[in-house]
Amino acid sequence: MTNAYDVAHFLAGMMLVCSFTLLYQDRILAVLNTFAVQAIMLSLAVAWQGYVRNAPDLFITAAMAFGLKGIIIPVALNRMVEKLGIKRGVDQVVNVGVAMFLGLGLTSLALLLVLKVTPGAASFTREGLALALAIILLGLLQMILRRNAVTQIVGFMSIENGLILAATGARGMPLVVEVSVAFSVLIALFVFAVFLFRIRERFDSVDVESLDKVRAARAHR
Amino acid sequence: MNEAVYAVFGIPFLSALLLALIPSYRLTALGNVLASGLTFAAGLSFLTLPPVTETYVILDDLNKFFIILNTLVGFTTSLFSRSYIGHEIATGHLTPLFVRFYHAMFQGMMGAMNLALLANNIGLMWVGLEFATLMTVIMVGIYRTPAALEAAWKYFILGIVGISLAFFGTILVYLAGQGVLGEGEAAMTWSELIKIAPQLDAPLLNIAFIFLLVGYGTKVGLAPLHAWLPDAHAEGPTPISAVLSGLLLNVALFALLRFKMLIAANPNALAPGPILITMGLVSLIFAAFMLYQRQDIKRLFAYSSIEHMGLITFAFGLGGPLLNFAALLHMVMHSLTKSAIFFAVGHVTQAKGTQELSAIRGLSVSNPVLAFALAAGVIAISGLPPFGAFMSEFLIITATFAREPLLALAVAFGLLIALGALLMRLQDILFGEPTTPNHPVSAASAPIFVHLSLILIAGMFLPPAIVVWFRRAAEMLG
Amino acid sequence: MPATIQSFVAQGAQMFFVLAIAPAVTGITRKVKARLMRRRGPSIFQPYRDLLKLVRKDSVLAPNATWFFRSAPYMIFAFTWVAAALVPTLASGLMFNWAADVVALVALIGAARALLALAAMDAGTAFGGIGSSREMMIASLAEPASLLVALTIAFAAGTTRLPEVAQFLIAQPLEIRVSFALAFVALVIVALAENARIPVDNPATHLELTMVHEAMVLEYSGRHLAMIEAAGHLKLTLYISLIICLFLPFGMAPFDGTAGAWAIGIGSYLAKLGLAAVALGVWEVSIAKMRVFRVSEFLGGAFTFAFLAILLEFLSREVQR
Repeated sequence: MTNAYDVAHFLAGMMLVCSFTLLYQDRILAVLNTFAVQAIMLSLAVAWQGYVRNAPDLFITAAMAFGLKGIIIPVALNRMVEKLGIKRGVDQVVNVGVAMFLGLGLTSLALLLVLKVTPGAASFTREGLALALAIILLGLLQMILRRNAVTQIVGFMSIENGLILAATGARGMPLVVEVSVAFSVLIALFVFAVFLFRIRERFDSVDVESLDKVRAARAHR
Repeated sequence: MNEAVYAVFGIPFLSALLLALIPSYRLTALGNVLASGLTFAAGLSFLTLPPVTETYVILDDLNKFFIILNTLVGFTTSLFSRSYIGHEIATGHLTPLFVRFYHAMFQGMMGAMNLALLANNIGLMWVGLEFATLMTVIMVGIYRTPAALEAAWKYFILGIVGISLAFFGTILVYLAGQGVLGEGEAAMTWSELIKIAPQLDAPLLNIAFIFLLVGYGTKVGLAPLHAWLPDAHAEGPTPISAVLSGLLLNVALFALLRFKMLIAANPNALAPGPILITMGLVSLIFAAFMLYQRQDIKRLFAYSSIEHMGLITFAFGLGGPLLNFAALLHMVMHSLTKSAIFFAVGHVTQAKGTQELSAIRGLSVSNPVLAFALAAGVIAISGLPPFGAFMSEFLIITATFAREPLLALAVAFGLLIALGALLMRLQDILFGEPTTPNHPVSAASAPIFVHLSLILIAGMFLPPAIVVWFRRAAEMLG
Repeated sequence: MPATIQSFVAQGAQMFFVLAIAPAVTGITRKVKARLMRRRGPSIFQPYRDLLKLVRKDSVLAPNATWFFRSAPYMIFAFTWVAAALVPTLASGLMFNWAADVVALVALIGAARALLALAAMDAGTAFGGIGSSREMMIASLAEPASLLVALTIAFAAGTTRLPEVAQFLIAQPLEIRVSFALAFVALVIVALAENARIPVDNPATHLELTMVHEAMVLEYSGRHLAMIEAAGHLKLTLYISLIICLFLPFGMAPFDGTAGAWAIGIGSYLAKLGLAAVALGVWEVSIAKMRVFRVSEFLGGAFTFAFLAILLEFLSREVQR
């Protein structure tokens, strides 16, 4: 039991570390690789839960996370970055130090909040939920702090990683829901891809800052 | 007869697949109308259905009328959309390829909304809403102009934030349910959860509700989270604005109401009322003031939607049979009126070739029918008699006055501010010299006048059967 | 009181042992670097010869240098030596164990650093000032991180006293602990920064734009420089010993252990020290130095890791309770 917990803690903890690395990184390719690592950690964590709890349906979720988010999506995004000739650096709205402090604050908040409201739940669940909430909040932070559309996508997908971690942590969520979540992620990614090409087509850059100019031009309409 | 329940989301999903395969946009437009009509017929057949509770779907008094409303507005919008899109293709704003997917996505969105309304599983409800949102995101960006892309991107980012937080809240509710019902489907099934609501773990439920409120509240367009709404309304095709305002906001609010019922049934959980009242009132007054500075006709009515959603949320927050009744009624009236207004606005912008308010003048001279429709719609949405919204707003204010006179004053203040803004704008639009050359528009007036006559009838006389029905739904909301 | 005497002797032995071995650690690192660059490199005993040479030479003082400039090297050496002696290396349970507290250690090193920074400004040259200001910038980030690491360990072991922490860790069954892994990474980053190693600083260069540590000691010569160099060697050994003690304490002899246990203790310590020195050499060869402006981000990463380590340790304790 202790060992089972330790492995789960390790994998989820590594996912959190990946989230921080995503906030820290300033190169697009490194961001994509870190995301792939996070997704693989997620699939291992889900598979571990499936093994420990003897719930084979979780292996499906794990396989989807591994194949889709660990391999296909990062590779596809990599191709896209190359094809679009996006500049490799990423502008941050604030400097890394501030981002890290915000991230640490959000993480502390998430842990305290979940630990406070779930005193009765199983240790797996509390652990999963606490770290998942932290990952979700960090993903939101990343979406706010990044100017580049690709990094925003990665932020969104790391939020989805957190959601799946949370769903696995809560024992016995019906498989239907998980499948649908994965499905909707796929759709969302499609949406993103469509947009990326269009933004690129219109502005010659995937920097969302160019959208801000449109916004400024119409601020008071 | 339960097939009708599945047909309501089955037909749209199937026809979405079919429409994506048909190359001719005329055919797809027709198919769109046909599918919506069939869905509406299935929705109407609910009138004769007894309540249904199955593992994945539920049909009770509350969602029954939401679905009928949804399918009706979906049907009329498909009619309007047919003439609107025809004009857009004729003027070259859209290419036939995009239109083909537009119709498929329209059906997909309608199906997803109906699924969200019917779902008995809180996870499925979430999936329905998310799917519908993603579909609208694509459709908002369909014009591919920089402004449309910016609007869609903003909508997408904020939508994602809402989606994630709502899902986390859903998991927390499941966790609370799991403590009582054990692992598995039951703890995600709404009809099971509501039965054991008093035994659910209160702190967990509280925090879950906060997440759900922020998550689904983003989609309702409540005040601090509304930033996506005006842009998405202004930059997307007008049929989508009509569906966004008339339906998607309602569905999101409906999801919130389901969870409000859950938390209200638990004596130890926090009272959801004050939070909803505050958010509603802030949205109402904020949006009312924002109405004055608008220069874009679609943004004007988008802010008006925020205002009305605020009013409805406020009324549900205060609760009680009478206010719930009034709020439900107002949801219906707002849906019908706002979509009628957007139908009219869609044709007006096509006729004038612009969305700038300053360029839309003298409509009563150039397009008298549209001018009449728009005037009737604006009068109705401002809450003036003899239309239905007058009755519901009147009910909300008097019922609030009986309980919280100060709050009633605030509400009345907000409504009056909004009334002033809308009437002022209406005058500019209707009268004066037409400034821009007119484009010929073959307006589909049937959808507009169907809606207008429905709200007119509701304003004069509400059939007792409907009153009884609303009352039952209002009682469910507690 | 034979026990007291024995512990006194053991403590004294450790102090001189550390002092004796420290230059060799630097020597090994330099040798490894040289070999990896396909040079033959100096012998690993070269640092001893350098120290001897410096002690024999006259020291040149700037005309406006004060007494502080002259006395600082001895104080720096003393502080560092005491700190190095406190870290349990061969065995736990020595005489000064009651003082071998992580917080005290951080304070001792901090004091030595403050003295060096002040002394560097004393001569009034521009380089001294640049070096001091950069050193303080690095310290302001590295010190909180090292304290957080100490707190993480203390949180797990229930004490901040190093010998007890080491004993606690030896007694634990082998398990995966993310928090320790994170704390380890953070402490390694801090150690690199504190010892002026690549990528934070390059110990082998005197390029104006990049020097930090070397800029501060530029004005020193002769026996003063020897003191500072010796303190530098000691500090490196101290940090390696600290990392060994906190994360790889296996093999450390208990105080009352047999001669065999002591032999194992000495053997394993020397082996781990040697490995660490080699690893440092490999690391320095394989990575480039950072721009000074990026150092704050690098150390910020250490701080983040250390903070995360505490959070995760807290979480797993709360959850498992």
